[in-house]
Amino acid sequence: MRLPEPLRHTWAVASKDLLIEFRSRTAIISAAMFVVLVLLVFTFARDPTAVAAIDLAPSILWVTLTFAAVLALNRAFQLELENQALDGLLLAPIGRSSIYLGKLIANLLFVGTVELIGVPLLALFFNISVWPYAAPLALVIVLATVGFVSVGTLFSAMTVRTRVSELLLAVLVLPFMIPPLMWAARATGPLLAGRPLSDITGWLKMLAAYDIVFVGLALLLFPATVNE
Amino acid sequence: MRLLRAGRWITGIALLLLAGVYVRALAYTPMERMQGMAQKIFYLHVPAAIWAETAMILVGLASVFYLFLKDPRLDRFAAASAEVGTVFACVILTTGPIWGKPIWGTWWSWDARLTLTLFLFLLYMGYMLLRGAVSDPGERARFAAVLGICGMVLVPFIHFSVYMFRTLHPMPIVLKPSTPSLPPVMLATWLMSLGVFSLLYVGFVIQRYALSYLREQLEAAGEARNA
Amino acid sequence: MLLAEQLHHSFGAVKALDGISFSVRPGQTLAIFGPNGAGKTTLLKVLAGLIRPQKGRAHVEGGRRAIGWIGHQAQLYNQLTVRENLRFWASLYDVVPPPELLARLGLEEHADRPVRALSRGLVQRVAIARALVHDPAVLLLDEPFTGLDRTAAETLGRLLAQHADAGGGRATVLVTHNVEEGTGLATDVAFMRAGRFVHFGPRAGRGAQQVSEEYRNAIA
Repeated sequence: MRLPEPLRHTWAVASKDLLIEFRSRTAIISAAMFVVLVLLVFTFARDPTAVAAIDLAPSILWVTLTFAAVLALNRAFQLELENQALDGLLLAPIGRSSIYLGKLIANLLFVGTVELIGVPLLALFFNISVWPYAAPLALVIVLATVGFVSVGTLFSAMTVRTRVSELLLAVLVLPFMIPPLMWAARATGPLLAGRPLSDITGWLKMLAAYDIVFVGLALLLFPATVNE
Repeated sequence: MRLLRAGRWITGIALLLLAGVYVRALAYTPMERMQGMAQKIFYLHVPAAIWAETAMILVGLASVFYLFLKDPRLDRFAAASAEVGTVFACVILTTGPIWGKPIWGTWWSWDARLTLTLFLFLLYMGYMLLRGAVSDPGERARFAAVLGICGMVLVPFIHFSVYMFRTLHPMPIVLKPSTPSLPPVMLATWLMSLGVFSLLYVGFVIQRYALSYLREQLEAAGEARNA
Repeated sequence: MLLAEQLHHSFGAVKALDGISFSVRPGQTLAIFGPNGAGKTTLLKVLAGLIRPQKGRAHVEGGRRAIGWIGHQAQLYNQLTVRENLRFWASLYDVVPPPELLARLGLEEHADRPVRALSRGLVQRVAIARALVHDPAVLLLDEPFTGLDRTAAETLGRLLAQHADAGGGRATVLVTHNVEEGTGLATDVAFMRAGRFVHFGPRAGRGAQQVSEEYRNAIA
């Protein structure tokens, strides 16, 4: 049974991106190191007697994940610059949405891998218990990450050929990351304190609404960023 | 150029009227019982904030139409609206704290309107930076349109976030309008102010639009000569 | 097979295409000669569907699936091997790379080396393989001979001839400012200047020398 064409093409683009990233490994290792170092910065910057780790944990987690996501976003279209491979993608009989979705999926998996490293490290450094709440926490993280990365992937297509592309991308995308970041941080606090999932459904709904709106919008707008 | 002159006239008149509204707000409108002098800022800031936000929505709408119609006039309008929106946002962000400090004791409070305006300012800056970073005019218009639409769609989410933020962190209110039922005198002043700011927006946008158009003509003439 | 009708396109104040109309029938190889800035690349991009013309339309029978593009950029991924590159590009056209493709281009021994480890000449050959991987009916070439070494140029010439002879409705459009190299392959010739054709017609047995002269006269 063959998958329908758009899905096959999307997966072809995504798997190609992932193959390149995990073959060279520079990007993923750098991103992971960055997360470790940011957590270290937080550890040494804070006064352990002032605020309890558990109160600060959601903020630290989400600041770290936000910055890690921003750094990871640029790679998606950077890959296509070298030999103008993007033109090849546009010449091929594939929908523009397949290109966007493929890049989105690759970005999500990339950032997801970084998150898989960051969250246990946070638990370790700040001595908080995360494992019992792993499932609901994963849900919050997934919802917020989709929000960050959907907008970021769209914008990275526009900034990749500008001069200070990484910095410009960060400046453009951070205002869009702040609402989901806020809701996710608000949702994480109660979870880490052991409260049930039903307590945070409001935040989850907002995150889901944001994701649906912006993934949809990005799909609609992506062709405008690549078609002349 | 006719449009530019018209724009200058409108802006000039609007600035005069602005001074008029200012005087009226300070001297001729009764002081509000509970908040006193501080409440007066609401006559100037709220209309300005409304226009800072409306400018963003207009950028978004113009961008949507641009992507369908590809008319460069829509792009020029979007750019003009964004610049004017930035100016309004800057004015609110600088005069707000200056007004608030002697009365509230703090330079900055995460007041709903101030925070929203700060977000708008960041979105505007991003928009201008993106425009500045792309040299090809067609690409620049397309990219700006994409960003403009995203900015417009973000605004309701920002409203929600700021509302939630304030609900969880009660803080001094700087720009809240007074009780829902405004006495007629105050309402009149406020509406006058809203009208003046609308005129100011229109005047500025027309000027900026005209300047954009003139610059494009100049560049085209230069290119044609060099080609 | 390939049709262009009243194409107009400007970039700002510069008019790249100023009312171009022509058609290419199966079996034809059209060589378009023109100086830099004549609008040749823009024309090709419109034919390929990369640019939507402001006025007029272009149509290629079979759509994007039937088009192969060879330009100055390789459109390859440096970190992937030759085989992986070909397999990826083929998958976008829903085919697998034909087994003899590597052999035709002399790439068999390099198949599992990453592209970044290859010499420039080899990369050019891989780029050609990439363009041919889905057996396109129409080949569009943008300054294909620029920077090619001897071997690569000969290989390209050979492949283009094979493509044209393959029968079953093949066509080629090649744009270049190098009249000498392009003439030999062409069945039809066009001169382009400032967005228009100043000459369009069969080569009719004229040699590279002759066409060159006519070109210089027409463009001067």
